[in-house]
Amino acid sequence: MIESAVIVLGQAVAALLVSPFIVGLIRKVKARLQCRRGAGVIQPYYDLLKLFRKDVVVSTNTSWIFTATPYILFASTLMASLLVPIFLSKVPLNFAGDVITVVYLLALGTFFLMLAGLDAGSAFGGMGSSREAIVASLTEPAMILSIFAVGLTAGSTNLSTIVHKTALLQDIVTDPPPHLMAFVALFIVTLAETGRVPVDNPATHLELTMIHEAMVLEYSGRYLALVEWASALKLLLFLTLLSNIFAPWGIATEAEPARMALGVLVWLAKVSGLAVVIGVIESMFAKLRLFRVTDLLGVAFILSLLAVVFFYILRV
Amino acid sequence: MIQLFLLIALVGYGLGIFLPLLAHRRPHVQNILAHGAALLGAVGGVVVGAMGLAAEGPYVFSLPSTLPLLRYAIRLDPLSAFFVLVISLVGVAVSVFAVGYVREFYGRHSIGALGALYNAFLLSMTLVVLADDGFFFLVVWEIMSLVSYFLVVTEHEKAEVRYAGFFYLIMTHVGTAFIIVTYLVFYQQAGSFSFEAFRNPSEPLPQGLRSVAFVASLIGFGTKAGIVPLHVWLPYAHPAAPSHVSALMSGVMIKTAIYGMVRVYFDFLGGEFPWWWGFVVLTVGAVSALLGVMYALMEHDLKSLLAYHSVENIGIILMGIGAGMIFQSYGLTQLAALGLLAGLYHTVNHAMFKGLLFLGAGSLLYATHTRNMEEYGGLIRKMPWTAFFFLVGAVSIAALPPSNGFVSEWLTFQSLFLSFQIPDLLVKMMLPIGAAMLALTGVLALACFAKAFGISFLAMPRSAHARNAREVPVAMRVGMAGLAVVCVLLGVAPMVVVPVIDRVTAPLIGVSIADKVLAEGGLALMPMGVGSAAISTPVLGLLLALLVPVAWLMAVVIGGKLRKRFYKTWGCGITLKPRMEYTATGFAQPIKQVFSTIYRPTVKLETELLEESRYFAKRMHFETHIEPVFQKYLYDPVVRSLNAVADRLRVVQAGSLQLYLSYIFVTLLILLLWVR
Repeated sequence: MIESAVIVLGQAVAALLVSPFIVGLIRKVKARLQCRRGAGVIQPYYDLLKLFRKDVVVSTNTSWIFTATPYILFASTLMASLLVPIFLSKVPLNFAGDVITVVYLLALGTFFLMLAGLDAGSAFGGMGSSREAIVASLTEPAMILSIFAVGLTAGSTNLSTIVHKTALLQDIVTDPPPHLMAFVALFIVTLAETGRVPVDNPATHLELTMIHEAMVLEYSGRYLALVEWASALKLLLFLTLLSNIFAPWGIATEAEPARMALGVLVWLAKVSGLAVVIGVIESMFAKLRLFRVTDLLGVAFILSLLAVVFFYILRV
Repeated sequence: MIQLFLLIALVGYGLGIFLPLLAHRRPHVQNILAHGAALLGAVGGVVVGAMGLAAEGPYVFSLPSTLPLLRYAIRLDPLSAFFVLVISLVGVAVSVFAVGYVREFYGRHSIGALGALYNAFLLSMTLVVLADDGFFFLVVWEIMSLVSYFLVVTEHEKAEVRYAGFFYLIMTHVGTAFIIVTYLVFYQQAGSFSFEAFRNPSEPLPQGLRSVAFVASLIGFGTKAGIVPLHVWLPYAHPAAPSHVSALMSGVMIKTAIYGMVRVYFDFLGGEFPWWWGFVVLTVGAVSALLGVMYALMEHDLKSLLAYHSVENIGIILMGIGAGMIFQSYGLTQLAALGLLAGLYHTVNHAMFKGLLFLGAGSLLYATHTRNMEEYGGLIRKMPWTAFFFLVGAVSIAALPPSNGFVSEWLTFQSLFLSFQIPDLLVKMMLPIGAAMLALTGVLALACFAKAFGISFLAMPRSAHARNAREVPVAMRVGMAGLAVVCVLLGVAPMVVVPVIDRVTAPLIGVSIADKVLAEGGLALMPMGVGSAAISTPVLGLLLALLVPVAWLMAVVIGGKLRKRFYKTWGCGITLKPRMEYTATGFAQPIKQVFSTIYRPTVKLETELLEESRYFAKRMHFETHIEPVFQKYLYDPVVRSLNAVADRLRVVQAGSLQLYLSYIFVTLLILLLWVR
């Protein structure tokens, strides 16, 4: 019982502490690729600290939804991170939710963020919410299908079961092609869900192109800090999913301190590697026009569908 | 004991039919009498339902009638009891709400008639799910349809209400015709209309006839349930009725069709079917779910939006039931029970949150006198209670954890995922597509309710209606609060709900799965045993409730005391006006554009320019419509050809009495020759 509580707490602390670093790392990679020196990778920590200490300005149009949203968003995203295996394959809370729950917990945050976008009455917020709605609806089917494709290998959508069985290569049925397709599909979904180029540009504040930034435009001070931190958490969560579902090797399969410590290091290396890849992609591609995003996410959907079909066909 | 409470329920509704008619022209007395009696009946119904679910064997009661073939037979088995419970629970809350709501109609409509019809509606729905005789079922089914028709046309002075009523009347009778076909198929083999004979015919039905019964009942009950493409009446009729009746129609009446389907497939047809039956039900469900929510997104009339969501949710229910039927045909009984459980769980959930949302829409209508969302806005400050209850309903229908909608949608996802156990390759490759459609449905529902809540309740009031709105009377708030509480309980206490529904599914499928699904001492739902996927909404709810204050505390620890300043929203240098806010139309625009192949939108823009300068517009007119595909390509041709045939047949109706007498004479002659 106490051991489980410590592990859950450890997961929360690891996720909270590492997430700003990932954001900083991506920014650093982008800066170097643009031949800039860029800010240090720990700059996001300073940013968060500064934001937490600043006054908040709240629009007179808003209701309690606007003030409650940062806390709800932060809590639901953190809750989702507790369900994902980070350094130990068997998460103590695995009975509380599977990967579908993770998707829906993130949706809970998105729902309130959409409401908050509408709450201030500014057209920018509404525009952001509306665009977030269309991007989310295009990613969701691809996401569920790619999850199904991976879940089929382990016969379960329980994340701990999938990761544990894959890490030990024990009673799983898998072939490389569907696994690879599902990975690519989920990677595209990651780019869309976490608002990265080519779907959204986290660095822009240009009215006509922003999605996530438009939705949170009215936030300031500690509210903005919570929203930003939750976004970083969400990004880390997706990278963790990608690395631990598809390549869980190195993760601790038993709750031993030494192996868990190793698990943390391996996890850090894997998510950092993926963060570098995202940084490179952001430097190489331009942002897509909103209505061209459909094509990209269509590719993700088809890939995930093919992953499911191939899983069955290769088993015949 | 069951007799007593059944009597209370029937007498309650019966009194509610007659008493209000006595207190002529005293609307307040009529209101209290009608809804007090309905409350009594509904409370009796709740007890009957609960006792029926707890009882060991079914409770049977019958009275002979003077008509041939008809028996007033009722039978309270777990399936009936479950639906009685759902109907009555919603009935209790709606009756309380109605006490406040019908004040809106004082002096404009007869409260006595409205109250009497309301009670007759509740009574007929209760009897539909209790009936144990095909003929009796059809009689009460017809009463239910007619009474609901009269309730729909309450505001008959409006042309669109009359149109909605007429449309509904025709569609519901088409449906009834198909149900009659179903029962005649059974009757032909059983030789009796009693459900007992349907269940155990002297000789089994041949497969061909069984399939006829399946298709006819799917069309017949599907018309009432509102499956695509038979849903077209629903977005007209449900919003046209008074809001508390809409809540009953959308929340409960369409569930009687689900009852009918489960009764026919799993009871009369004995749960033995070819795989394509389940596949058809699943496909119809998936298409209804997706198209229902897509059309809902384009609606800006709040009640029509909710009506389209009923199409969506019926689709989700049918996805669970269809998956269960597919598993059943492959002999995977535990999974079949899981699918049916998911469908029935969603049935009760949808009844509660759709009832709640329609009551919320009714409250908005009461306070603002308009159903157009574009005229709402900022109502969360004027009507904080209504806003909160509506938010609970919105979170539930969007299936966000830890709500009740999440539990049942998750169970549906799991049923679809576990399809990998099906031996047939083609079938198991198709089912994940259903899951993808369910995922798309879920997220579009989320978007739709972000729109519905955000545009209606948040930001600045968009019209004088919204500016002058006030919170609704206590009775209405209590009605909504009751349903909101039930929604929350259904979400965080699945360990109570699952065994109850298991009592319904166990006799139908033959296996009980409650103890297999519940794990971790009842805290979690784990459909396939250790290592399989699990959810625990109580733990999720508790942790979320814990993490929100943790986040707050963390912010205080890092940042110190919160210093907050209020200022108006930045409007790019000019004062922000309600007209600059994002509208519901604008919110849904990207979705309309991306899915334009389905919506086929048409846009009309007329600009009248100033004469002095061509650069300034004097007046602009913007119109946008989506194409009503089903009406245009499916219903209109049928109506046109019917009218053409009727035109031709008009010659036989010359209006001459002698001619009609000769028709009768000729018919009589032919009949006599026939039977000779």
